[in-house]
Amino acid sequence: MDSAMIYTENLTKKFEKFVAVDAISFSVKPGEIFGFLGANGAGKTTAMRMLCGLSIPTSGKARIAGFDIYRETENIKRNIGYMSQKFSLYEDLTVNENIRFFGGIYGLTDQQIKKKGSALISGLGLQNEANKLVASLPLGWKQKLSFSVAMLHQPKIVFLDEPTGGVDPVTRRQFWDMIHVAAHEGVTIFVTTHYMDEAEYCDRVSIMVDGQIRALGSPSELKQQFNVPSMDSVFFKLAREAKRGD
Amino acid sequence: MKQFLVFVKKEFYHVLRDRKTLLILFGLPIVQILIFGFALTNEVKNSGIVVADFAKDPASQMITTKIEASKYFDIYQTANTIEEVDEALKNGKLKAAIIFPENFNHDLLHEGRAMVQVITDASDPNLATTVGNYLSAIISDFEQDHQDNLAGRITIIPETRMLYNPQLKGEHNFVPGVMALVLMLICVMMTAISIVREKETGTMEILLVSPFRPQLVVLSKAVPYLVLSLINICTILAVSVFILKLPVNGSIFLLFAESTLFIITCLSLGLLISVRTQSQQVAMLISLMGMLLPTLLFSGFMFPIENMPRPLQWISNIIPAKWFYIIAKSVMIKGLGFAAIWKETVILIGITLFLLTVSIKKFKIRLA
Repeated sequence: MDSAMIYTENLTKKFEKFVAVDAISFSVKPGEIFGFLGANGAGKTTAMRMLCGLSIPTSGKARIAGFDIYRETENIKRNIGYMSQKFSLYEDLTVNENIRFFGGIYGLTDQQIKKKGSALISGLGLQNEANKLVASLPLGWKQKLSFSVAMLHQPKIVFLDEPTGGVDPVTRRQFWDMIHVAAHEGVTIFVTTHYMDEAEYCDRVSIMVDGQIRALGSPSELKQQFNVPSMDSVFFKLAREAKRGD
Repeated sequence: MKQFLVFVKKEFYHVLRDRKTLLILFGLPIVQILIFGFALTNEVKNSGIVVADFAKDPASQMITTKIEASKYFDIYQTANTIEEVDEALKNGKLKAAIIFPENFNHDLLHEGRAMVQVITDASDPNLATTVGNYLSAIISDFEQDHQDNLAGRITIIPETRMLYNPQLKGEHNFVPGVMALVLMLICVMMTAISIVREKETGTMEILLVSPFRPQLVVLSKAVPYLVLSLINICTILAVSVFILKLPVNGSIFLLFAESTLFIITCLSLGLLISVRTQSQQVAMLISLMGMLLPTLLFSGFMFPIENMPRPLQWISNIIPAKWFYIIAKSVMIKGLGFAAIWKETVILIGITLFLLTVSIKKFKIRLA
């Protein structure tokens, strides 16, 4: 599975006796939009933290962008972007300053930052807000900005942890347009969400229940497999079996 | 390196944009030092004084009149016996006594020298020193005036005695104390808060996912507060030298070097707090209750450690501010060099290394 952007084999994380992630195996192809679904407490965040190199697995194998998750975390970090469910830019910095900062810590040159930054700002239509504090922007714009900033260093994979939580439907739609554009350009998208309509936008989805992946496939495959009309029903059917709650 | 600079710049934005905090950071030391300087030091105007004149001759009376005339003293009482002097000082209202022995004038005229005893109430050491100095000044002023009138040179030897606290222990050497306090406040609390804030807002995760080294996150957070603290030391010293007229007797360079060491101690303490806490409020409370209070109590700044029960004296040894206070006092007030404070310096370095090791270790564990 050398061509896979994300490859895991029996990846497990235990916290003392509690098995948060239980031997998950899957792979994600370049340019794929992979939906990572699961109820709260199913182990999504823990799995994602392992894939990003924030947390060391208890056992199992995984390669991200071809790099080993145990030994090559530095290389992994250079090749991934990350956007968390909490808004994660600095509110007391302006849009431009945020761009310069994140570009800077990823080691981009001043010229690259200037070029990419202005492309980013015009792409989002933020020309008039570029020198305003981020705190003054509406939430939808902040989320879009934060996605663009996570893409600034041209990562091969972007991890999005519930990127559209609390965002209005129109902005959510625009957000997904951005995701599709990025995927079209070859960026692998790994996204968690609680919105089942968003699951329909993904190329493939996995559904986690109690730390295990219980379903994996394209939305249409899954609907067929469970013999239901929508992803919502697929999710409901599986999530009901869950033994652990929040 | 460039990444590091980018990060430091961002930290400066955070600090400089937060106007209210900035005002407190720079205003607090000045206010504190002025309060301590003016409220707690010696307001010696109209100090009550008791005169025991066993000589009752022209010379003793002239000095008494001179004292009476000065704006610093009011003669509230005259005593006829030593016991009366004791009694007068005991109730605390009168701050000093001056005692002229019999034959005061006679000794002056015939032997060219005479003794006069000055007793001060040293339970308030600053006041005692000042009052003693003023009285001596008045006496030597008298000496000068009468140099020409009388045959030959005259010498009056004031014999000053500090009552109740002869070694002047626990004197309010407040400038080193305020320095310790302010550095503690800024470095510990502000570093802790600024790191915990990143956790609270979720930006810490973003930083940890990036190739930026976690240790550098900590380091670059420390830089602005190091700079800020050094500026604060400058203001504190400027206020104390130029407004309060308290000179720095030792080497300024040594003082800054030792202060930098103490700042690093505080920064590592702040780091340790930030590693162990998850919210800004908790970090602030721990810094205030857990750090500031012990600093006030155990640094020796407010309360002399020698007078504490043994167990509290032991506790005081782990308070970094205690050691810095001793160092700063030795350099600033006693004018001592490094040879006198190397032991304290070594202890402070030890504490710093310990804190740094523990917190960086903990910081790494959190990433696992």
